[in-house]
Amino acid sequence: MVEVKLDRITKRFGNFEAVKELTLDIKDGEFLVLLGPSGCGKTTTLRMIAGLETPTEGRIYFGDRDVTYLPPKDRNISMVFQSYAVWPHMKVYDNIAFPLKVKKYPENEIKERVKWAAELLQIEELLDRYPAQLSGGQRQRVAVARAIVVEPDVLLMDEPLSNLDAKLRVAMRAEIKKLQTKLKVTTIYVTHDQVEAMTMGDRIAVMNQGRLLQVGPPTEVYLKPNSLFVATFIGAPEMNIVDATVVENDGLFLEGDGFKIPLPDDFREILESYIGKDVLLGVRPEHMTVKGVSTLEHVTRTAEIEGIVDFIEALGTDTIVHAKVGGNIIKIKLPGHIPLPVGEKIKIEIDLDNIHVFDRDTEKAII
Amino acid sequence: MRDETKYALKKTAFYFVIFTAVAWILIPIIVAFLYGFTTKTDYYNPDIIIPHSYTTKYVHTILFTLGAWEGIKNSVIVATLTIIISFILGIPAGYSIAKFIFPGRDMIKLSIVALRMFPIPVMAIPLIVLYIRLHLADTLLGVALAHTAMTLPFVVLITSNIFGSVSKEYEEAAMVFGLTRLGSFIKITLPLALPGLAAAAMFTFVMSWNEVFVASVLTLNHRTLPAQILSIMAGSSGGAAPDYYKFAAAFIMTLPAMLFIFFARKYLVTMWGITLK
Repeated sequence: MVEVKLDRITKRFGNFEAVKELTLDIKDGEFLVLLGPSGCGKTTTLRMIAGLETPTEGRIYFGDRDVTYLPPKDRNISMVFQSYAVWPHMKVYDNIAFPLKVKKYPENEIKERVKWAAELLQIEELLDRYPAQLSGGQRQRVAVARAIVVEPDVLLMDEPLSNLDAKLRVAMRAEIKKLQTKLKVTTIYVTHDQVEAMTMGDRIAVMNQGRLLQVGPPTEVYLKPNSLFVATFIGAPEMNIVDATVVENDGLFLEGDGFKIPLPDDFREILESYIGKDVLLGVRPEHMTVKGVSTLEHVTRTAEIEGIVDFIEALGTDTIVHAKVGGNIIKIKLPGHIPLPVGEKIKIEIDLDNIHVFDRDTEKAII
Repeated sequence: MRDETKYALKKTAFYFVIFTAVAWILIPIIVAFLYGFTTKTDYYNPDIIIPHSYTTKYVHTILFTLGAWEGIKNSVIVATLTIIISFILGIPAGYSIAKFIFPGRDMIKLSIVALRMFPIPVMAIPLIVLYIRLHLADTLLGVALAHTAMTLPFVVLITSNIFGSVSKEYEEAAMVFGLTRLGSFIKITLPLALPGLAAAAMFTFVMSWNEVFVASVLTLNHRTLPAQILSIMAGSSGGAAPDYYKFAAAFIMTLPAMLFIFFARKYLVTMWGITLK
C-alpha cells in the first residue's frame, strides 16, 4: 500500500509523443481510473508505472522511492492484463502460486494464500485445471486472484473487462470494486468505457492525445467538465453541443440557430469578455425536459426554448426525444415511457445551473 | 433418386482421391520393405509378385558387414549435434526477430534464407578445402557444422514464428510477478514454445538424416548413413549392388526416421492440451 506520484512524465516512441508531461498523484488506497479513447496514452502510462516501459522524461515515485528505472520485479506491483495472460502451461493453482513461489514464500504459506485468493474469487474448484479448460470469465478471475495473492503495493489493471460479454462485465465491475474496497490496495485501472470509470473509480483521470485533461471524483468530472472533450466523452447519450453567441441586449443572452436563452445576472461576470463572441453551448440530455410532459427536479432556475419532435427512442426505462431546434438536433432524456408524436411542437425547459459554455478556439470550459 | 446417385458418386470420388494419395506414399514403402526381406530366388522369379520366403540376410549384411550400423550411429550423432548447434545459434536470432523491432530486421530475415540460393556442391567443395586446413575433414563435427549451415536459416525462421505466436503479455506478466527478462523467457516463453521447437528439431533432424552430398564429400571413414549406403550401393568396390540389397538399404534408411517422427508427433499433439503452431 503506497501512494504513486507521476512527475511530468513524457514518453516518446520515435517522433510520436504517446504521453505528454503527465503529472498525477494517486493516493494511498485509492481506486483511480485512467479514462480515454484508444491511443490516448493511458495504457502507456500504466506500463510506465509497471516498469514495462521507461519514461523518456520525468520521474515516477512510489511513496518516497524513485522507481523510474526500476525493473517491474522490484516494484512490488501486480497487474491484470487485457488478455488475462494466464499462462497456459500451468494449472490454475500454479498460476496463482507463481508470484509467491518467485518471492520464495514458505510452502505452507503459499498453499494458504492461494486458497484464500481462490475463495475470494470463487474459483476453488478450478485449481486443478489448465487455463484452456476455463471460460473467459473464469480466466479473468484467475488473473485477478494471481494479482492479489501477494498483497501488492500497487494493483494495475489494463482494460481487464473488455474481453468479457456485457452481462459478465457488469457483474465483474461490481466485484472488482468490492474487492478493492476490502483490500484497500492502491489501484490504477485503465479503461475506455466511461460507464466503468463512473461506477468504479474514486477518482477519474481523463486523457486524450497523451495529455491529462481532468482529474476528479466521477460526479465532479461529470457535472463540471473542464473541456469540450471531457464533456462529450463522458455521459451517454452524449452532451448536446450547439453553436451560440453571447449577446448583450437589455440583459445577457445566449443566442443560436432557433433559440435565445436569457441568462441570470450572475453569469455576467464570467461571460463579460465573451459578449459578441461565438461560443459552444453544452447541455446534457437529462438536464432538459419537455414542458407539460415531465418536470425537472431540484431545479432553481430554468429557461425555455421551442422545438419540434423529430424522432423518439424508447428505451423502456427512459425515452430519448430528438428535437429539432432551428437547424440543430437536440437530445432530451425523459424518465419513463413517453410516446410523443413526431412533428409535434414542444417547449423545452433547460436547467440553467447545469449548462456548459466552451471557448470555441481553446475548447476549454468557461462555465 | 438423382440426388442420391450424385451423392454416392461424389463420395466414391472422394474416397478414390484419398486412396490414391495414400497408395502413392505407401506402395513404394511396402514394396521396399517386402523386397528387402525376399530371398534371392523369390525376387528373381518372374511368377511371384508377393514373395513366399523371407530372410533378414541382406539387411544383416548391410548393417553389420558393410558398416551401415556405424552409419546409423554417426547419423544420429550428426543430427543431434546439428540440432544442438543450430538451436544454440538459431533460438536467440529467432527470438530477436520475433520480439524486438530494430533497423534492418526485414533485411536480415530475408538475407538469412539467401544462403539457400546456392546449390549444395558450390558450398561443399570450398568447405572440404577449409576443413582439411582446420582438421575438420572426415569428422562428425565437420558434417554437423555443414548441416547446421543448411538448417540454420529454417531454424531461425521457424523459431521466430513460434516465438511470435507466444503472446508478449505472458512474458510481461512473468516480469511483473517477479522474474527478470531472461527468467521469464526460460520459465514462460520457452515451455510455451516447446511444441513448436520440437517440430523445428524434427525438421532439422530429418534434413540432416537425409542429406547425402555434403556428408559424402566431407567424410571418408566416418560416414553418415546415407553417405555410407550410397557408397555401398554405388559399389565403390566395383559394380552396383544387386536390387534386393538396394531394397534392404531403403528399409534401413526409412525405418528409423519413420519411427522417430511417429513418436515425436504423438507427443507434440498432446502437449498442454492445446495446439500452438
